[in-house]
This record gives sequence, structure tokens and C-alpha cells, in this order.
Amino acid sequence: MKNVETILSEREKILGRIREALKVSAPPPGSHDETSAHSTTESPASHAREWLPSVGESSAEQFALFTKNAADLKADFQLLASRAELPAALKKIANDEKWSRFASHGGELSNFASASLGLPVLETDKGYDVQEMEKCDAGITECDALIAQTGGVVVTTRSAGGRALSVLPPHHIVIARREQLVADLPAAFALLQQKYAANYPSMISFITGPSRTGDIERILVLGAHGPKKLTIFCF
Amino acid sequence: MSFVSEFKTRASEKSRDLRHRSVIRTALRSYEVVRDKRKAAFQSWESARQAAAETKWEAINHLDEHLVALTSKLEARGTKVHWASNGVQAREIISQILRDKKARTIIKSKAMTSEEIHLNHALEKEGFTVVESDLGEFIVQLRHEPPYHIVFPSMHLTRGEIKDLFQKELGDAPSDSPEELTMVARRVMRQKYITADVGFTGGNFAIAETGMISITENEGNARLTAALPKTMITLMGIEKVLPRFSDLALFLPMLATAGAGQPMTCYNTMYSGPRQPGECDGPEEWHVILLDNRRTELLADAEQRDSLHCIRCGACLNVCPIFRNVGGHTYGTTYSGPVGAVITPHLRGLQDWKHLSNASSLCGACTEACPVKIDLHHHLLQNRRNASASEPAFFERLAYKIFAFVASRPVLWSFAKKFGRLTQPLQRLVTGGVIDPARQWTKTRDLPPIAPESFKEWWAKRKESQAE
Ligand code: SF4
Repeated sequence: MKNVETILSEREKILGRIREALKVSAPPPGSHDETSAHSTTESPASHAREWLPSVGESSAEQFALFTKNAADLKADFQLLASRAELPAALKKIANDEKWSRFASHGGELSNFASASLGLPVLETDKGYDVQEMEKCDAGITECDALIAQTGGVVVTTRSAGGRALSVLPPHHIVIARREQLVADLPAAFALLQQKYAANYPSMISFITGPSRTGDIERILVLGAHGPKKLTIFCF
Repeated sequence: MSFVSEFKTRASEKSRDLRHRSVIRTALRSYEVVRDKRKAAFQSWESARQAAAETKWEAINHLDEHLVALTSKLEARGTKVHWASNGVQAREIISQILRDKKARTIIKSKAMTSEEIHLNHALEKEGFTVVESDLGEFIVQLRHEPPYHIVFPSMHLTRGEIKDLFQKELGDAPSDSPEELTMVARRVMRQKYITADVGFTGGNFAIAETGMISITENEGNARLTAALPKTMITLMGIEKVLPRFSDLALFLPMLATAGAGQPMTCYNTMYSGPRQPGECDGPEEWHVILLDNRRTELLADAEQRDSLHCIRCGACLNVCPIFRNVGGHTYGTTYSGPVGAVITPHLRGLQDWKHLSNASSLCGACTEACPVKIDLHHHLLQNRRNASASEPAFFERLAYKIFAFVASRPVLWSFAKKFGRLTQPLQRLVTGGVIDPARQWTKTRDLPPIAPESFKEWWAKRKESQAE
């Protein structure tokens, strides 16, 4: 490793060049648009909610929006009447896809889901063997939020059993409660901030649909490197 | 060959290449449709753009403070932050980490900064194995060529060409269906994530407030790159900062909409450290390298400072009539299209790259498409002005001097007009040929005929007839 002094000095050199450059000020971006005028104490993006796609007022509207967005993304969203319906719905997928094992993590909802399957399960909580996880047919996780505006879910290392569980197995199953639906992106960020600001999980991921690529002739293919399928159960 | 003549040669080849044209048209047609649909879903795309521009303005015009805050937050959670003034330093920092870790294989997710510093080549020369995991990057890596487009690296290739490539390089190409070809890459890559010693990523946004790096991707390859290898390295330009965590609520959907017509890119992931106590996976070490590489020179140009607001969405490339005709590789630069034409002269030398500013119709489509409202086409004009001020072109100046001399003398001017009308039919005989005095123009365009009667002549006649 380079000694500490050269590292520091490169930092100081770059910061020095930045400070020198900023002595000449650049005009702020001209506002031609009346609606975007904002007071100087607020951050420019603080009204994002008013510009992003609209989400409706009531929770019924927002669930309808989430359902539509998730379908557009080719995610499978199943809104269940109660938690009691989960085992059967989950078993159906496991049978259809002939699961032989799956991976999950400790948590009230995920434990309930795991227990209902009666298959060998790889728990990630205390560390795990990656090769073993690679052989799993699915990863079952909880989440931090569902976002009506995008049809996506938010997971973190803490809510979803680490970094790999939600992305390595070919089918990602999310188990969520109805109260976890938030209206829009600003609400999701506010929630994360309120929940974790003292000590953020080292990874926060906004997952919007199953993994995809368009790198061959811009034609959509699901399951590029991450899960080919994303199923979201909510009750 | 100089950069300019290389550019001209490639540009004239590509703009005649009908196959190239149809591939690019097909790829971009669907882009425009979905992007317009996503933009229309915004309650106010224009207000969002304005706020995004103001947010980046705030970030760039207090860059020093934001970088200091970012660094101290990152370091507080065990991330090692390195600073590199140029590509050589960045490469040296990376090699040193790899040597310390006794690494052999590096799995990479897409990072334009690594193209900028020619990282793969340097690492391969040192004996490391570098694997690009993004499908498009993997394809161009197999072809030993740079990415064609900053967001869609392999958009210039057809499925047939990709099938042949996979057959030749991997011995595995069941058909030319995009689905099956994607699965080939998936299979190849799976074990590589698990066995690679080091994961390498770029960064889309760096959040000063919380000390996070946000990575945007569709495939999940960056997620895996940041989850499985023991060591993670992230290389990004110093201009990537955003002041606040909540700014992402605006920038993530805007990047996705402008870049690919998506409501959100599939994975938007914020990393705030290596594996923390109590977490079950993730890298033990995380190195973040902040790259200057002459960005501070761009910063020093207050007039064009806003080009550092760029979030590399690629929208300006997609709408640019020049890009669509000459293609990404013609530029010969890491960043192509309008934004490449604006910033490359700053990053790599004005005189060598000033020709890019002329490769523009100044139609302004780029400026209109830009989600952070960078004044791209005016910057192209400013580059032209700066280039001719610092090194005036002799013949051009002479031509304009003569023009000004003639045009400001009515007698000379009307003589010139008459002379032109008389001699133009002669020019038409040789038009486009080597002895055509207007060859530079007529090679590729028609020379409009001089009007048989000027306004002045018409006016004089009209007055005469009224007087009668
Ligand atoms: S200049 Fe604007 S439109 Fe072009 S890539 Fe950057 S952000 Fe996108």
C-alpha cells in the first residue's frame, strides 16, 4: 500500500483543484417554469411527489396501481385475504416448479412461510455456503416496503437475509404485509430514513420486477443474472 | 492518422452502411415510444427536470464539501476511500489492491470510468483475468471492442452476430433467440461470481448525506458482484455526488425514464459499507476510488460546468441525428454522442477533439432530451468558439475576411453576384469533381443556384413600374 501521506496528498490536491475552480461561480440553472419555483431553504427535489407519476389517494387505488405496475413488470403479485392462505399458494408454486430446496432467513413472516413448505431450507442468518445457495430453487424473503408508484419492493440486508438471497436463486419470493405498501418513492425514502438513519444496513435495494436485459436487439429477456421470477405475496 | 481524419473516414463509412442504419433505427424506435410513454406518466416532467438540474447544480457547486462529507461517512463504516488524479493513479491503486489480495479473477459490472482509464487492458497485461458480467459488456469484451453506447454497449449487433460470436468464443449457442443467448451468458457467469476474488463496480450516484454509493442496473449482475466476492472495488468520477438520500426519489425514476423508457431500472442499490457486524454476507473489504481525470478542469470552466451534471443516461445519444448516422464507435472516445462531444475536448485536449463539436446540426434535440437540462448544443458552439480563438484556422479566416470586404462594398457585391450567376453553370459541369472550387461543399450536398434576381434588383424594378 502507498504510504498514508501520498494518499492524503492526492486527496488534498484534488480538493484544492476543486476549491480553486469553484472560486468562479456558475449561474444556477435558469428557471423558466413558474411551477418549479421553490424557496431557498428547501431542497430543490423536496416537491418530487408533485411531479412524479400520480398514485391516487386511497389505499384501494394504490393497491390497484401496485397490481397494475407489478403486472407490467412481469412480476407475480398475489394479494391474499389472510395469512392463512399463504401456505397453499406457496405450495402450489413449489409443486409447479418442482422445488427440492430453498433458501430463506429468520423473520416472523419468512419463518411462517418456510415452515409451511416442509422442504429442506438453507437459512442465511448465521452465514451460509454460497454453492449451496446457488443450488436452491428459490429465495424467500421479507421486505421493507412495497411501492405503489413503481410496482417494486425495497429490501435491505437486514429485512431480506443479506445481499445474495434476493438475487442469487432463480425465483425470488417476497412476503409482505398490507401495511407495508407505501404510495410513492419519496415515501419509501422517508420510511428508510426514519427506520434506519442511526445505522443503515450496508445494502438497500429497490427491486422493480424480475432481473432483465435488453442487450440483444433491445428485446426483453427475463432472468439475465438475477431471478427469472419475482413473486410478491401480500396479506 | 489524426483523430479528425479517423473520425471523418469512419463517419463516411458508417453513414453509408445501410445494415448499420437499420440495426440502430430498430433499436432506437422502440426506445422513443416507451420513453415518451413514461415521460407522459410524470405529473410534470419539466418541473422534475428543473429540480434535477438545481439539485446537481447544488452538488457540483459545493463539490468539495460534499466529497468531504461522503468520504467521512464512508470511512466511518470501514470503507477505504482512495483518490486518483488520473488514470495511471487509479490503475495503480487497483492493481495494488489486487496484488495485496493475491487475486487472480475480477468480476466486473458495467463502469464507464473503467473504460475511461483502460482498466481491463492494464489488468490483463499484469496477468489478471477480467470478466465483464453485464451482458452487453460481455459481448463487446468477447469481440475485443469498446462499448458502442454508454447504456446499450452491444446495440450495434444483431442476434445472428451474437450467436456466431458465442459459438466461436464459448462453443455454446443453441440458437439465435435472445432468450437462449442470454441464458448462455447466465450459465457462464454464475460460477464466476462465486469464484472471483474481487468484484468491481462503477457508481451512478454518491450520497453525501448518508455516505452511500447507488448503483443502477437491470440484470442483477452488479448485485451479485457486490454480494459474493470477498473484496469489492468501486471506481467513480468525483462528479457523481448528490447532496441528500431523498434526492434519489427523483433521480432514480428520471434516469430510468430518460435512459431506457423504464419507470425504474430493475435494481437500484445503495451501498454504505462492506459487510457490517451482524450481517451474513457481503465483501469484507470495500475500496472506493474517486477519480478526477481532468474533471476539475471542466469544473474550472464556469460556462460549461453544468456538463458535470450528466448522469450518463444516454438520452442525448439516442436522439442525436449525428449519433444515429455515424454510430458510437466512430467517435473514438469513451463518451460518445452530444455529451461526449462536449466533454471530450476538456478531458482529452481541445485541439485534438474540436472536430466533435462540428459533428452536430445544432438542432438542440440533445438539450431537450437531457433530464438534467445540460445546455449541450450551446456548449458545442462554445467549444467551436474556444477552438478557433485558441488556434484560428488560416483559410477560414481569410475566406471570411474576403467575404466581409466584398459584402460591405455595394459595387463589389453586386459585381460578385453577377459574376456568380454567370459562372455557376460552368461550376455545375464539374460539380463534386476534383476541379470543382466548391468541392468541400458539393461532395455531399447540392449547391443552391444563385437567385436570378436579388431583392434589391426586384425592389428597384417595382418602384420603376409604380412610378410609371
Ligand atoms: S448529457 Fe444529459 S442526456 Fe446526455 S447522457 Fe448526460 S444526463 Fe443524459
